[in-house]
Order: sequence, then C-alpha cells, then structure tokens
Amino acid sequence: MLSVRDLTVRFGDTVAVADVDLDVGAGEVVCVLGPSGCGKSTLLRTIAGLERPAAGEVVLDGRDLAGVRPDQRGLGMMFQDGALFPHRDVAGNVAFGLRMRGWDRADVTARVHEVLALVGLRGFGGREVSTLSGGEQQRVALARALAPEPNLLMLDEPLGSLDRGLRDRLIGELRELFDRLGSTVLYVTHDQDEALALADRVVVMRAGRVVQAAPPDELWRRPADAFVARFLGQTNLVAAHIEDDRAVTVLGDVPARGHRDGDVAVLFLPDALRLTRDGHRGVVTARRFAGDHVVVTVELAAGPQLEVACWGGDAPAVGSDVAVTVDPDATWVVDP
Amino acid sequence: MAPLLLAAVPLGFIGLLFVYPVATIVWTGLAPDGRLDLSPMARVLTDPGVGRVVWFTLWQATASTLLTVTVALPGAYVLARYDFPGRRLLRAAVTVPFVLPTVVVASAFLSLLGPRSPVNRLLVALLGEGAPQLSLQHTIWAVLLAHVFFNYAVVVRTVSGLWEHLDPRMEEAAQLLGAGRVRSFVEVTLPLLRPAISAAAAIVFLFTFTSFGVVLILGGPRLATIEVEIHRFTAQLLDLPTASALALVQLAFVIGALTVYGRLQRRAPGQRLRAAGEVARPPRTVGRRLLLAANLVVLLLLLGLPLGVLVERSLATSDGYGLDLYRALAGSRRGSVLFVPPWEAVRNSLVFGAAATVVAVTVGGIAAWVVTRSRGPAARLLDGLLMLPLGVSAVTVGFGFLISLDTPPVDLRSSPVLVPLAQAVVATPFVVRILVPVLGAIDDRLREAAAVLGARPGQVWREIDLPIVGRALLVAAGFAFAISVGEFGATVFIARANLPTLPIAIFRFLGQPGAANFGQAMAMSTILMVVTATVITAIERVRVGTVGEF
Repeated sequence: MLSVRDLTVRFGDTVAVADVDLDVGAGEVVCVLGPSGCGKSTLLRTIAGLERPAAGEVVLDGRDLAGVRPDQRGLGMMFQDGALFPHRDVAGNVAFGLRMRGWDRADVTARVHEVLALVGLRGFGGREVSTLSGGEQQRVALARALAPEPNLLMLDEPLGSLDRGLRDRLIGELRELFDRLGSTVLYVTHDQDEALALADRVVVMRAGRVVQAAPPDELWRRPADAFVARFLGQTNLVAAHIEDDRAVTVLGDVPARGHRDGDVAVLFLPDALRLTRDGHRGVVTARRFAGDHVVVTVELAAGPQLEVACWGGDAPAVGSDVAVTVDPDATWVVDP
Repeated sequence: MAPLLLAAVPLGFIGLLFVYPVATIVWTGLAPDGRLDLSPMARVLTDPGVGRVVWFTLWQATASTLLTVTVALPGAYVLARYDFPGRRLLRAAVTVPFVLPTVVVASAFLSLLGPRSPVNRLLVALLGEGAPQLSLQHTIWAVLLAHVFFNYAVVVRTVSGLWEHLDPRMEEAAQLLGAGRVRSFVEVTLPLLRPAISAAAAIVFLFTFTSFGVVLILGGPRLATIEVEIHRFTAQLLDLPTASALALVQLAFVIGALTVYGRLQRRAPGQRLRAAGEVARPPRTVGRRLLLAANLVVLLLLLGLPLGVLVERSLATSDGYGLDLYRALAGSRRGSVLFVPPWEAVRNSLVFGAAATVVAVTVGGIAAWVVTRSRGPAARLLDGLLMLPLGVSAVTVGFGFLISLDTPPVDLRSSPVLVPLAQAVVATPFVVRILVPVLGAIDDRLREAAAVLGARPGQVWREIDLPIVGRALLVAAGFAFAISVGEFGATVFIARANLPTLPIAIFRFLGQPGAANFGQAMAMSTILMVVTATVITAIERVRVGTVGEF
C-alpha cells in the first residue's frame, strides 16, 4: 500500500527526517509515536507532498509520488486543530474534496449526509464551523478527510488539543470507525496511550529516525531501548551487566540471550513485581492512588527505586518497611 | 507577476501624489524664489503668533488625548469583559463617530453647544426666562468635546481589543495572592494593557494634533491649530511660503510623534492571549450593572446627543417640524454661497467617492499583496510609505496637491480628477491596514488542507484566498468610500467652485450668517451622516469577527 524508503527531509542545516523506512499495508492502522520535534509530523507532510524530501522515495499503490503535487496524490489528511475552512459551513467543508474531484451536486449532498452521520454529526451540515465545540470540529475535519474515500487516511495529532475524557471517547470511536471502513491509516501522535489503543503497529521515532516498529503488545513487552520503554511510561529500569547470557542486577539474574558483554538495563514489567513478606527489603517513599490500584514507590535497601502496583486496597503507608519479589520471566533487557 | 513589478503601481502612486507634493512643500518653504532662502522659515519660527498657535496645538492635543483616554477606558472595559444583549450593536455604534466626516461632527456640536441649542430651550422651559444658557460655541470646550467624540472609538476599540483577549486568570491570580481589586488592576491589568493604551493615546494625539475641520468650524476666529493656519495663509492671505513653512513645522512634529509611536509598538511584550468568547461574562452584581449603565449613559450623552440634535435641527421649520430644509436643497441658489444647487454637491460627493474608492482599493490591494508576499526591507519601506498620508494629515496632502500639481510637469489644475485622487491618497492607508493583516493571517494549513483534498494551485487561490480576503476587500472598499465621501481637509484646498462636495458645501453654508443657511448645513450634514453610517453599518454586517486593524 504505502511504502517509504530511505526518506530524508532537511530544513536548511537541520535534518528533520533521517533515512526513514515505513510500510503501511492495506487496511492497517499504523501510529507514528514520538516526542514533539522528532520529525513525525514532517514525515506525514512529506508523504502528503507538502514538504519536499531531500532523498528517498514515497510509493503509494505501486506509484512513485516524486514530483506529484499534493492535490494529485489522492490522500486524505486530517490536520492538528482541524484546519477547517472558516468561510464555509460544515457541509461546505465536508463537500470540498468531492467538489474538487468533480462529483455532481446530488452525489455530493448524499455523500456529505452519509459521512456526517458516520462521524455522529447528523444534521450539522448548515452550522458555521466557528459555533462548534473542539470535539465537533475534529469530527468535521475527520468527515472532510474521509468523504472522498482516500486510499490512505493520514491524521496529524488529531486529538492533541482535546481534553482527556473526550480524547478517550474519540479514540474508541476512531478505532471502531477504522475497523468498520477497513481504512488504511497513518496516524501521528505524541501520546502513548493513543498510539497503543489505536494502532495495529506502532512506529516510534526519535530525532528524525525510526527507533522501533512493532505491534503495541510487543512494543510494551520488548521495547528496543530504554528511551522507548520510558516513553511508553515504564519506569522500572535497573542497571545490570551481562555475564554468560544472563543480566546480573542487584535484584538477581534474568535471562539475556543475544546481548554482548557490557552494561545494560533490565526493564521490570509491571507484572514482574509484587509486594510480599519476604524478598528484597525496602521502604515506601511515595504512594499514588490510581483508581482500581495504588502505585507505591519503594526504595530498596539494595539501591534501586521501583514502582510497584498494589491491588486490593491494602497498600502500605509511606514509611512502611516492605519486601518486593521479582519474577525474572517478566523482564526485558535493553541498552541503557 | 513578480511582486517587484507590481510594487511599481503603489510606488508610483505614492511617489507622484504624496512624496512629490510634500517635496514641493519643503522646497517652497525653504526656497520660495527658487533658491535657498531661510528667511520665511526664520520669520515663522520667531513669530510670537506662530508660537502661540504651536503651543495651542500642542496643549489642546494633549488635553484631548488625556480626556479621551479617561472617558473611553471604562467603555473599553465594559465592552471587553461584559456580555450583554446589544453588545455587538454597541460595538458597531461606537465606531460610527470615528468615520463620520469632521464637518458633520462640527455641525452637530455647533447645533448642540451653540445659542440655538435645544438644551437652552429646555433650560428656559424648565427654569423660565433668565435661566442659565449653554453657549460653548467658539470655545476650547467645544473643540475638546468634539475630539473626545471622534476618538472615543480609537481608544475603546484598540484597548478592548487587547483587554478581551487578556487572560482573566492573571488578575484572579493576583487577587488570590492578596492584591485587592484596585491593586490587582493597577499592578497586573494596567501594565498588560499599556501597549494598547499607549498606542491608542499616540494615535489620538496625532489625530487631534492635526485636527482641522473641527477647529476650523468650532474654534471660531480665535482658536487655530497649525493646520487651520496653513489653510488661512493659503486661502485667505495667499501667502504660500509662510503656509509651506508652517507645514514644515507640522511635519517635524508629526514625524516625531510617529517615531515615538513606532518605539511604543516595538516594545509591546508578547502575551498569552485567550479567545475573546472565553472572557466576557454577563454583569451579575449590582455594581457591575451600574458600571454598565453609567457607560451607556455616557455613550448616549456624548455620542448620541450631538447627532440627535443635528437631525432635530435639520427637521426644524419656522412652525414645528418638516422637510422644508431638505426641499430647499434642490433648488435655491441662495446668494453666492454655492454656484450650483446643493443637491449637486451630494451627487459630486458620491461620484468622487466612488472613483476614489476604486483607486484606493486597487492601489491598496496591490500594495497589501506585495507587502505580505515579500517580507524584505523593501516591503516594510513600502508599508511605511503608504502609512505616511494618514499621519501627515489631509491638509498637507491637499496643500501639497495645490502647490505641486498645478504647474508643469504635472498640470491637473483644471482637472476634476484631482479631488478623487487626493481622497484616494487619504483612504489608501486604511485599505492597506485592513488588507495586510487578513492576507497575512490566512493559515497556510488551510491552503494545504485544500491541496490535499484535491484543489489545484489555482483552485486553492479561488477557494481559499479570495473568499476570505473578499470580505476584507468589501470592508476596505466601504471604509475607503466613507472616508472619501466625508473628506474635508484635502478637498477644501482643491475642490473647484462649481464642483463642490458635500463637506465643502456644508462648510460654505456654515460660514454664512442666518438661520436658513445654518438649517441647510444641518440638512446636508444629516444626509452625509446617513450615507456614512449606512456604509459603516453594512461593513459591520459583512465583517466576520474583527477584520483588519480598525
């Protein structure tokens, strides 16, 4: 479907995107995840034809897009904050791409109704875009991008400016919509929850380069390096060194096949750690309520500090002496 | 087309019709007989009479500015922070005086403050004969009041424009930190508003420093600003070298004021601003309602009363009310005031105004496009050059036309195009100021979104740029027309006797004794006011949100 090879984009002396390879299969939802300024939006804009690559190629459905203007690429794109046309009402915005493709009036009207219903805005056609709430504006932007049935739908931080509750709801709705329509989607975000919830595959970028591309569960359990682990919100990284295919930490050894000798870090996944009667001794230094569980920060006598989830309402108070047991199978060795 | 090639149009326009005339003023002032001769200049600079005029010009401008800011600040607060029914309408109503022709405003205050004022009749009716009488005609008070009337909108719109975007949480934060309401206003809000207040004050100072029509008509023979003196030396004493020297003195002050204004603008700090809708709240407490009511009363008295009295006077007949004065406009050639029936002045004004609008929108539109497309120093120079006529005053433009365009190489003395050209020079800065921000503010992502949706480059321009700028173009054309129709300062120097515009006709009628002449001036002023107000109201309907900087 979409195939990006060795793509490099430069702005003057800065390299925004460096040697990026990216594939999106038909019907696949791919999220590009990374901190702001990592080049993910530039990647999207280059695929759309809004930026000119310094090197590399973008191939869509077997067609090399080099030198093809944005309007001839047949892509759909939803911009951050919508970029709705202020001088057109909701229907006028949604109809725009259809008119550009020369649809006749009756078909445009029918399709606008259909797409507005699809995004939950039935009857909004005559509204001015300035009278819509933030969530409604994003729905219109989505409807506008979807209306011409693009081969590839690209979304650039579409939920970035919305509040959390609305965002969580829209994430669910978007995933359901993508499944129903069988859309091929390239989705850019800096929010790991959004990416993990939406994507078939997540592509993590840092400083213009792709660090890892993997399905959400693999990304979570087997991050490529400490940066990816931390960016996904994992905090329990403990320093280690390799001896005979084992990573040796102050909390014991864990399997580390394939790593060369040297310093590494061991990631303890949330389900690897439990508070028990005996184990590695430590003191609770902080306690954070997280709804159905409590996260306590334990400073171990052996040195490292760990965050441990306590389920069932009997989390120890700050200052308590506790012990932590470790499941060496729920770990992953990464470069520090 | 290349921006540089297009830039030739506004450059040629401003060069021929502004720079060349002003250069001629300088030349005439410094070298009246063709060679450098500083004696007229020295005579002007040492003349105690001129000194008094400069002093009066300075202090009345300062007083007008202080008074306007004081009266208008509460109004700006109310419009920025309170949400109440009729807010939009009020905002539009506040703007009308700013674009009303000076002659109309002067007529209105003449009828309100003069001996024939309805206020005096009311006083007599209430207190009987011998009641104290209001007679501020030809006093500084009439001038100051008219200046406040005019410039109220400048302060209200500039300051409330910033105020309604100020994050109210900053003031709330100050209050939570222990500052009282007054303290938090003085220590937080006022400093944040300072850029807007000082910019508005600078503009008001400039406008009142170069005040012409108001002082000429309301000030009577004793009060004169430099502008009025330039006119007197030209029209009555036919002493062009002295008039040129005075114009030079004025130019020096104006350039000084513009420099200060530029400094103030550059120092404006960046601020976190909020969308206007998030800030305004309905006035819930009694105190707030009282403040709102007090402001509405001030508005009604200051802005509504003079215009109301103007209309009332125009409808007065010997035995009550009627349209006699309007009917008289059609036929009478009373005396030698006008060589033509007054109705023809209406027609002239509309024709000249339309022509000036076409020129101003064309030249200003091209200039705005060039300025937003090529952001080099050349573009900034063009931008600044086009603003000059606004600051340098209409009288300078008119006087410059008079002494430069009536002799070869450019001889337009007997041509009727002179008036619309002068009006276009006065109106073009407004067109540029309205269009530049709109053209510059079109979010590039809108063009990108259109392109991704399949719009070809030409379609992008037609579907995005044109519709968005289209409204601004209409607004600019409306402003240009309103300004041209009411233009007085430049037109009075160059209008031909048989082709008077409305403001010129009003001025001539006001200069004649007798109730009938006065009444006819009132009737024509009312017509001019209605034309201008209609255009401005139409503009307010067209504009979405706040287009441009006015």
